[in-house]
Amino acid sequence: MASTILLDIGFMAMLVVVAFAIVRLRSLFAIVMLQGVYSLVSAAWFVSLDAVDVAFTEAAVGAGVSTVLMLAAMLLADRESRPVPLGRQIGPLLIVVFAGLAMFYAVGDMPAYGDAHSPANSYVGHDYLDRTAEEIHIPNVVTAVLASYRGYDTFGEAVVVFAAGLGVLLLLGLNGNAGRWRAKPNGVRVSKQAAPAARKRPLPADAPQPMSAPAATIMTTRAKKPAAKKKKGGSS
Amino acid sequence: MISAVFENYHYSVVIILMMTGLYVVFSSRNLIKKLVGLSVFQTSVFLLYITIGKVAGGQPPILVDDGHGGGHGDGKDHHAEVATNLLAGGEAKVGGAQHSAEVLYSNPLPHVLILTAIVVGVATLAIGLALVVRIREVYGSIEEDVIADLDHRYNLEGTAD
Repeated sequence: MASTILLDIGFMAMLVVVAFAIVRLRSLFAIVMLQGVYSLVSAAWFVSLDAVDVAFTEAAVGAGVSTVLMLAAMLLADRESRPVPLGRQIGPLLIVVFAGLAMFYAVGDMPAYGDAHSPANSYVGHDYLDRTAEEIHIPNVVTAVLASYRGYDTFGEAVVVFAAGLGVLLLLGLNGNAGRWRAKPNGVRVSKQAAPAARKRPLPADAPQPMSAPAATIMTTRAKKPAAKKKKGGSS
Repeated sequence: MISAVFENYHYSVVIILMMTGLYVVFSSRNLIKKLVGLSVFQTSVFLLYITIGKVAGGQPPILVDDGHGGGHGDGKDHHAEVATNLLAGGEAKVGGAQHSAEVLYSNPLPHVLILTAIVVGVATLAIGLALVVRIREVYGSIEEDVIADLDHRYNLEGTAD
């Protein structure tokens, strides 16, 4: 029991240190990697909190997939974040401090940590534990609730993931238009750095978009862009 | 209130983590750093839910088979006495409640809710990152003030021509 408490305190300390480091750092690569570390440490804490299914989902999806997604977006976007002037940090700090104080005030009404008779732990969760062995015949209660009792919920989750994938495909223009769209309000081009793929192969503004360009070549030109931009580093 | 904050220090630490993530979302101008802050905030909310569902002395909600219980016999005695202490009221239910009357499990319901939330969170994160990449293509920057400045200078109101 005491060892579990020590583990919990260790995980909490690591999480706080990593979160504060994310606040302070400016290199986007370091920030994204620390986000993966944060997810992994919280996955370890989930094991200590008896949530093993949540732990391996968080380790695979939170620390794995979302870190890869963020790294890819960072490569396509930027490597460094600009410093925020100090005067612009006071407002957010005040909001966060007041919200945190309100939540600390609400902690007084929370049930004690680990209370087996708290309202959250009493009714429905207890029924699932009682009934799963007879009704579903598998030992893992979380899987039983996820796939059987709340199967429609999981189906809706799959629909959400499908919609998100579709949205990403449409946004990134994998139909062959990647990097060819640029904003020209009132005939003015917004940024000289805009749309690097379009800059390499300039198109007339009123030309119909060619749909035949293979997506692979566009993807490679877009992937090359940050390396060319960061030529002063020259490491990769 | 102060004593409650220190007794339930798990909740307090999770609140600090949540507010740190919220601060990153509010204060940073870089869109990717903002999304990282949102992700930290989200993971901290998951921690809050799982912390509420924890039962002291409990086990992961995977039902223990009585057939080969010899492997963890010594631990079972401890859990059995805790369980009889805590569940003395609700014991006389159904015959099938025997499992949970002997061994104390943590609450499985927050685990299920958070499993769904993790996957949906990654889906929304992917959409947000795709939007960031598109913004970078058009504006050449992912800093909020630069984008707002360009919008203001060119009176850009979503006209793409």
